[in-house]
Amino acid sequence: MTVETQKTAASEKAAGKKGVGADGERRLNMIDAINDALDIMLDRDPNVVVMGEDVGYFGGVFRCTAGLQEKHGKTRVFDTPISECGIIGVAVGMGAYGLRPVPEIQFADYIYPGLDQLISEAARLRYRSAAEYIAPMTVRSPFGGGIFGGQTHSQSPEAIFSHVSGLKTVIPSNPYDAKGLLIASIEDNDPVIFFEPKRIYNGPFNGYYDKPVEPWKKHAQSIVPEGHYRVELGKARKVTEGDELTVLAYGTMVHVAEAVCAAKGVNAEILDLRTIVPLDIEAIEASVKKTGRCLIVHEATRTSGFGAELSALVTERCFYHLEAAVERVTGFDTPYPHSLEWAYFPGPVRIGEAIDKILSE
Amino acid sequence: MADRPDQAQQGQNKPTLQLHVPEPSYRPGDAVDFGHLTIPEAGAQPRPDEGCEASETNPLATDLIRVLGDDNLPHGPWDPKLDADTLREMLHHMAMVRAFDERMFRGQRQGKTSFYMKCTGEEATSISAAMALASDDMVFPSYRQQGILIARGYPLTEMINQIYSNSADKLKGRQLPIMYSSREKSFFSISGNLATQTPQAVGWAMASAIKGDSRIAATWVGEGSTAEGDFHAACTFAAVYNAPVILNVVNNQWAISSFSGFAGGERTSFAARAVGYGIAGLRVDGNDPLAVYAAERWAANRARSNAGPTLIEHFTYRAEGHSTSDDPSGYRSAQEREEWPLGDPVMRLKDHLIALGEWDEDRQKSLDEDCATEVKKATKEAEKNGILGHGLHHPFRTMFEDVFEELPWHLKEQSAQAIRERETKFPEGLSE
Ligand SMILES: Cc1ncc(C[n+]2csc(CCOP(=O)(O)OP(=O)(O)O)c2C)c(N)n1
Ligand SMILES: [Mg+2]
Repeated sequence: MTVETQKTAASEKAAGKKGVGADGERRLNMIDAINDALDIMLDRDPNVVVMGEDVGYFGGVFRCTAGLQEKHGKTRVFDTPISECGIIGVAVGMGAYGLRPVPEIQFADYIYPGLDQLISEAARLRYRSAAEYIAPMTVRSPFGGGIFGGQTHSQSPEAIFSHVSGLKTVIPSNPYDAKGLLIASIEDNDPVIFFEPKRIYNGPFNGYYDKPVEPWKKHAQSIVPEGHYRVELGKARKVTEGDELTVLAYGTMVHVAEAVCAAKGVNAEILDLRTIVPLDIEAIEASVKKTGRCLIVHEATRTSGFGAELSALVTERCFYHLEAAVERVTGFDTPYPHSLEWAYFPGPVRIGEAIDKILSE
Repeated sequence: MADRPDQAQQGQNKPTLQLHVPEPSYRPGDAVDFGHLTIPEAGAQPRPDEGCEASETNPLATDLIRVLGDDNLPHGPWDPKLDADTLREMLHHMAMVRAFDERMFRGQRQGKTSFYMKCTGEEATSISAAMALASDDMVFPSYRQQGILIARGYPLTEMINQIYSNSADKLKGRQLPIMYSSREKSFFSISGNLATQTPQAVGWAMASAIKGDSRIAATWVGEGSTAEGDFHAACTFAAVYNAPVILNVVNNQWAISSFSGFAGGERTSFAARAVGYGIAGLRVDGNDPLAVYAAERWAANRARSNAGPTLIEHFTYRAEGHSTSDDPSGYRSAQEREEWPLGDPVMRLKDHLIALGEWDEDRQKSLDEDCATEVKKATKEAEKNGILGHGLHHPFRTMFEDVFEELPWHLKEQSAQAIRERETKFPEGLSE
């Protein structure tokens, strides 16, 4: 029940063990997988720089950049002034020079001072200069609730970015994807917002907050190969195959949806969208046309949330296949409250209710 | 606009460019020597007239206003000449904040709440400053000025109710612990987003001037947060409208793991920011309660007489971690605290009172004990209203109130849903 800073396997990394478990598989949590991706990209591409508040010597308040400054040097990995506008603004300039900056915004809730640089500048630079200049940055930021962080350490503002032409928005739900998606994002020539669901940094939280959280090492998606690999942007992952219902989710909510469907014995096809822009519309269409029912789950507030876009797309493209109205399960349209965190969170009860409703039609 | 050949050649014989990345003097394990810091004699700094031209304060923006000398007595023109009762009251507030911080920090460790932030070593920057203001001057603090609430007599139990997010929390459990608000005490609602309060304070001060009021505004912001654009907007508006406002920059040397160099502190002082904006700037020994009081009072008098805004840098040291989520042993030398050349504000005020013959160690001991007892009592009282995560919280419907003045249809629906979910989860009516 704390807004704890996390411990990494940084020391393990230094010793070269990199989380190899008893079964010989290399298993990492999300933090170490992200750290691994940054490490690899700093090695491979001399134009990559990593920067942000507390990311340098200290290695980030969530430890995602631990050990990177020591290894790659202070001009590749460094702390910045507390100015999100400055961080994004200099990243635009660095990109204009030819670098590939990977700025970190300490919490997604603090990205707003950087919005003008993101929305008016980074997102439109390619368009307004007819591709003379580009902004190949990847803005990493922890997002989402579930850590009793109150309204300024819990928000899920992804829809704001999906609404801006020219920004890609990526949200991993597990260590394997986090590494592959981050590498693909850094290699992408367009600006990418990379939101890391902080509640699942250390384990795949499934929404049953009163039960102990399983560590990542018990989860199949925590097997993270060494070296460079990409998870392409715009490709959803089929979490479970099913024919009763399609569930569209990303980030933490993938795990919550999966646990609820399992508990209810619903034969659901769960798609982890992984990136909301670009969106894997083919996978969505194919699945909904098969099941005829669609549930959308996100933690963000409901009104104008990304679920509204998904619902419109599904209705436009699968209307004659639908056997029930598309349902959305979301956070409530209030700031994220501190003490009533679990009443706010779109947990098993809210999801269960929606599933019952869809299946009863 | 093609480059002429000679222009393209111009830079060629210069050295290659190098990026400067600031580095603090000491890291974990390093021996600390603050000998390089210039600490002037107490009493050596001139005190210009409160109505002076802003530029007359320019030398003070890089100097250090100090009153209490090594002899624990006040020196020079900045001596605020406070009577012993006022000094004892100040000491009482400081001891109370320290006792409060100790207990709340422990409470977080015991799982009674999610988060806490101490202000250890920085007590003077809020308490002495608050005492120099009128009680109805409006303050826009950051998260580290609990001292203001205590100096203004806000009940400890109310503070703890907020920290526990319990059923008696006046902020209805909505805010992270320590993000207080008290309109009654002219204390603005604290935001988690850094530096946003600074232009707000200027706006309040402008409003007070528009209305021909007599109240002024004061804001506090960490040195790290002065890098935010909001702070610079605050300075510009303060200067343009000659607003009756005090901008307190608490330079405690650290911003989580980043030292003040990452806010520009390597090149100049934070008070010197004032020079560029054309507002008065004072740099003050933030661990000298008399100097802090005197500087704040100077700025308050200046603002009240329509002579304009003042930026005060309080040069101090964050003696503990950033928050309960932070372990400073990972990025700075533990010796820094011991070696800090400006001492501890509570000790300095105590020693001053003793030097005046108005206090002694026994009285200090019983003061500390009384404060601890009072905090303990308040804690017990607050615990009757619940601790975080143990059922006693505001009812679910309150989650939807105050988003707007009135509940629109969608929030009514969502409120009904939250209550329905509670009934599903707790069919026997457990939890509220
Ligand atoms: C806009 C914004 N960016 C980042 C943060 C995260 N953050 C919280 S406190 C802090 C350090 C602030 O340091 P300083 O201003 O020196 O104040 P101090 O903590 O030393 O009192 C940071 C980076 C935030 N709260 N808001
Ligand atoms: Mg600071």
